[in-house]
Amino acid sequence: MLELKNITFSAENGVQDTKDILNGVSLTAEDGKFIVITGPNGGGKSTLAKIIAGIEQPTGGSILFNGTDITNLSITERARMGVAFAFQQPVRFKGLTVSDLVSLAAGHPLERGELCEHLTEVGLCARDYIDRDVNASLSGGEIKRIEIAMAMVRKAPLTIFDEPEAGIDLWSFNHLIEVFQKLRRETHGSIVIISHQERILDIADEIIVLAQGRIAAQGTKEEVLPTLLATGSSCAFCTGHDKAPEN
Amino acid sequence: MKSITEQLLSIISDWKGIPDKSAYNIREDSGCAGRQSTANIEIISKIDRPGIDIRVKAGTKGETVYIPACITHSNVDDLVYNDFYIGEDADVTVVAGCGVHVEGEEESKHNGVHRFYLEKNSRVVYLEKHVGTGEGNGNRAINPVTWATLGEGSYMEMDTSQLGGVDTTVRDTKATLLKDAKLVVKEKLMTDGSDTAESKFEVTLAGDGSGVQLTSRSVAKGKSEQTFRSRIIGNAVCTGHSECDAIIMDEGVVHAIPELTARSVDAALIHEAAIGKIAGEQLTKLMTLGLSEKEAEQKIIEGFLK
Repeated sequence: MLELKNITFSAENGVQDTKDILNGVSLTAEDGKFIVITGPNGGGKSTLAKIIAGIEQPTGGSILFNGTDITNLSITERARMGVAFAFQQPVRFKGLTVSDLVSLAAGHPLERGELCEHLTEVGLCARDYIDRDVNASLSGGEIKRIEIAMAMVRKAPLTIFDEPEAGIDLWSFNHLIEVFQKLRRETHGSIVIISHQERILDIADEIIVLAQGRIAAQGTKEEVLPTLLATGSSCAFCTGHDKAPEN
Repeated sequence: MKSITEQLLSIISDWKGIPDKSAYNIREDSGCAGRQSTANIEIISKIDRPGIDIRVKAGTKGETVYIPACITHSNVDDLVYNDFYIGEDADVTVVAGCGVHVEGEEESKHNGVHRFYLEKNSRVVYLEKHVGTGEGNGNRAINPVTWATLGEGSYMEMDTSQLGGVDTTVRDTKATLLKDAKLVVKEKLMTDGSDTAESKFEVTLAGDGSGVQLTSRSVAKGKSEQTFRSRIIGNAVCTGHSECDAIIMDEGVVHAIPELTARSVDAALIHEAAIGKIAGEQLTKLMTLGLSEKEAEQKIIEGFLK
């Protein structure tokens, strides 16, 4: 189970100024639950995901994972405890192949058959990809699916996906929904997804709307989705002068 | 053959004992520790200077010739001239490489001059690994010189690597390519401590349809310094591409100095160079998979130099 308690995060904004990105965010992701965090761009969603994985350090607050305070643990330590993270913009490597990276994610060398299975699951014609370098020769959609495969193969108790739909074609996207559900069945762990996609919101056990660094709404899809869909914008949850202008 | 030689051979040429059916010449501390010719590949000693001639008969296919050189102690200054005559339509692999083992305070060095003459439509894959070993403070130096003349329609692929322990190296490669000849060079280089490495390429594309692809990937750690010089001269309808890609770490220094000369309007020549540290996002990604920062760094370098 993941618990965030009063997380704050500020970033430098000029020489002597700071900008508050997150203001006292608290949430709980219970085992086996599918949490989707949505909200307007710049609302702090990706920052929150990175804070959970240890890529960013919060300015304040604490993070508990299965009862252990991991706030000050490194990325590696959290990963070894069972926190998996799929980047919004996957990283490219010169000389590391798809096989290398997926095997690293699995924690042991994978047979070609196993690799094929994992890659096919995310919609890649596996044999064509296994020995390819994860470099600029792969398209954005291809590398995104490899990133998702890496997160899936870890079978971690907590898996965070930062906008998995970005760059994915419609067919693969539809298939991804099944992939997420399968991951939940197999790991019985928590899945946290940052997303704007209605199809993903629709399978959430809980939706959290993050706007202006705060939780603007939180509840089941039945409670949150109608407001989101009625306005066609997560800015329905923005307040005051930060609210996006209406066209 | 000394045990140190056997250890060095296992590193530089995947040595698994004397090959039954392949030609070989093992050079050990400036002497010959073993030699064998085959029906198609003849190895004979030079008369006027140290070294050997390797003559590959026309039409020879799929044979491998091993010509590694090993230095097993300090205070050796080895110089060797090896000439390769590759007959028409032959297709062979040459496994070269050098290991220098130093336990003492004095320098040991190997200077190997390899000259290749490729006849019409022949093919050569040339594999060369260099390594330095031993606990001594004496300098380990390896200075390979490779000159090649590629005849019409011939192909040569050079895969060279120096992955540690060599304190100083100057690598000098020159080639002249005639009509439709192709040269592919893949160089991998890692330096550490106060190592210095200089890699010089000069390729003359003399015949129409000739082409060269030079790729150098290197990592400079510690206070080591590397210099990559490439010169491609296009005198005909030809293609030339050189690419230097380097990672610097600690206080390492890398110089990349390209030169392209076109003497034909149909010479298509390109140079690319990139030097930088390991990207932070690459380390972060591998750490999210459970690797420590050191393990991530090692994995990235392994992949880069693979």
